[in-house]
Amino acid sequence: MEYGLKPLGKERFWLLLLLAPTLIGLILGTFGSILATIVLSFMKWDLLSKPVWAGLENYTALFTNEKFYIALTNTIKFSAMYVPGVVIISMFVAILLNRKIRGITIFRTIYFLPCVTSAVATALIWNMIYGKDTGILNYIIQSLGGQPICWLCTNNAMISVVIVNIWGAIGEGMIIFLAGLTAIPREYYEASKVDGANGAHQFFRITIPLVTPSIFFVTLISTINAFQAYDYIYMLTRRSQGDSSVPVVVFSIYRNAWNFFNYGGASAQAIELAIIVIALMAIYFWFEKRYVVYE
Amino acid sequence: MTNTKQKYTLDLITYILLILGAVIMITPFLWMVATSFKLPADQFTKTLIPNPATINNFKELFGTHLNFPLMFYNSFLISGLVTIGQILTCAMAAFCFAVVNFRFRNLLFTLLLITMMIPSQVTLIPNFIIFKWLHLIGTKAPLWIPAFMGGAFGTFLLRQYFLTIPRDLVDAARVDGASLLRIFWNIYMPLSKPALAALAIFTFQGAWNDLLHPLIFLPAVPNTTLTVGLAFFQQQITQGGKYTVLMAGGLISILPLILVFFFAQGQFIEGISLSGVKR
Repeated sequence: MEYGLKPLGKERFWLLLLLAPTLIGLILGTFGSILATIVLSFMKWDLLSKPVWAGLENYTALFTNEKFYIALTNTIKFSAMYVPGVVIISMFVAILLNRKIRGITIFRTIYFLPCVTSAVATALIWNMIYGKDTGILNYIIQSLGGQPICWLCTNNAMISVVIVNIWGAIGEGMIIFLAGLTAIPREYYEASKVDGANGAHQFFRITIPLVTPSIFFVTLISTINAFQAYDYIYMLTRRSQGDSSVPVVVFSIYRNAWNFFNYGGASAQAIELAIIVIALMAIYFWFEKRYVVYE
Repeated sequence: MTNTKQKYTLDLITYILLILGAVIMITPFLWMVATSFKLPADQFTKTLIPNPATINNFKELFGTHLNFPLMFYNSFLISGLVTIGQILTCAMAAFCFAVVNFRFRNLLFTLLLITMMIPSQVTLIPNFIIFKWLHLIGTKAPLWIPAFMGGAFGTFLLRQYFLTIPRDLVDAARVDGASLLRIFWNIYMPLSKPALAALAIFTFQGAWNDLLHPLIFLPAVPNTTLTVGLAFFQQQITQGGKYTVLMAGGLISILPLILVFFFAQGQFIEGISLSGVKR
């Protein structure tokens, strides 16, 4: 791919200037910070006294740290429910909307609304909806003859938080799937109809394969989001001293650094989180090479 | 005959499912609006139409010690600066990646894309230490300065759009002796208004809704952002207080973005579609 203008003479300087913010951001911001976090993860430092070299201590401590183990399992459980939930529901909604029906703009607007508004603000109302004695959800359940559920108690908080997070994310997924679906040429369906294919056949042989790039993309971004999920969890499950009834790894990092001033330990946790995400991404891209169909 | 019948049944099922979903999506918003106009004594009633309705909650909101106007101003200022920084620096880089041929271009672009996958928590602690060392914790600076250092998402989005601009334009301008900067500022920027608008909306929204960063860099109420203020307010209310006032606060904080969304829906949709097309 040899496209592009060749910079002439002193234009090289201008080129460097245009790229400068990004280069500074990459070198100092991203890669410098990652390096710094790695170095910090080998130290004990509360930012008040002098930093002390700790070797692998922060990492070995993670293995015996029950709180971190719980946080890690919570993050994995959360992602395992959230990612398929977002992918399947937003694809389903997009397929329904793609059926050339009326009022598509209104539906699209409504489904997208939670993506526009802040999780903090919408969590305020979800907190009320989930209320055990006063919430509308239990009111509906009870008027249908069911038993009230303590949605935000330790036993149920995880699933409640996952529901709200999916609610907040399907709008974006839906738009990506819609873009992918509308790009499928109509002729494919017409041709297969002539060949006698039925609806299910068309769905599995045409729609699904041609929408794999969208599936891949939505899976990718919702995984990245799942591992960083914070706002709804903070708003719906936080307790005193930065604790939570659904402590995820991000919570654990925040708490260690800014409640306990254990910046080394928090850095080690952040590195662990990054390694897991990067490993997952590698697996995803391996799958992409094998199964994703680009036209 | 059976075919049209089948189509009608399918359409009907589609509508029923979509409406059911739409009810789930929008009810929390309606509930928030309803609660914010109820009397505090009615805060837990199960009606969608407040009876009687009152605007006292909004008046009371601005009378609290939380200083909502200040938080509103802070959120607005930070989000505005972040948006300007991102638009400018991302467009500069995206232009280079899309139009100019230089050494290490592909390598640099790949590196930039990789950073999109790194969880932001990894960079949080060193950033905090640097800003603490600069005595900037508790100021707005740590929230907007990083926005002036480009960003993977914005650069990627704009580059995708820049690539769709016909190359003949560049060649013609070059023949006329236009410099790199001229081509960038007088051709690419004006022709990319839709993509720039999309990125502006996304960036503003992201900054306006951010919770984690202000919680770390600007945590002290009342001189903080709306998100941190609302989170703090919620904590106070749950210990016994007026949810109606809290909902009024929530409603006011989401209103600007909902207005932008209604007027610029196309840009939102285009932006997401643009980021989702194949690379």
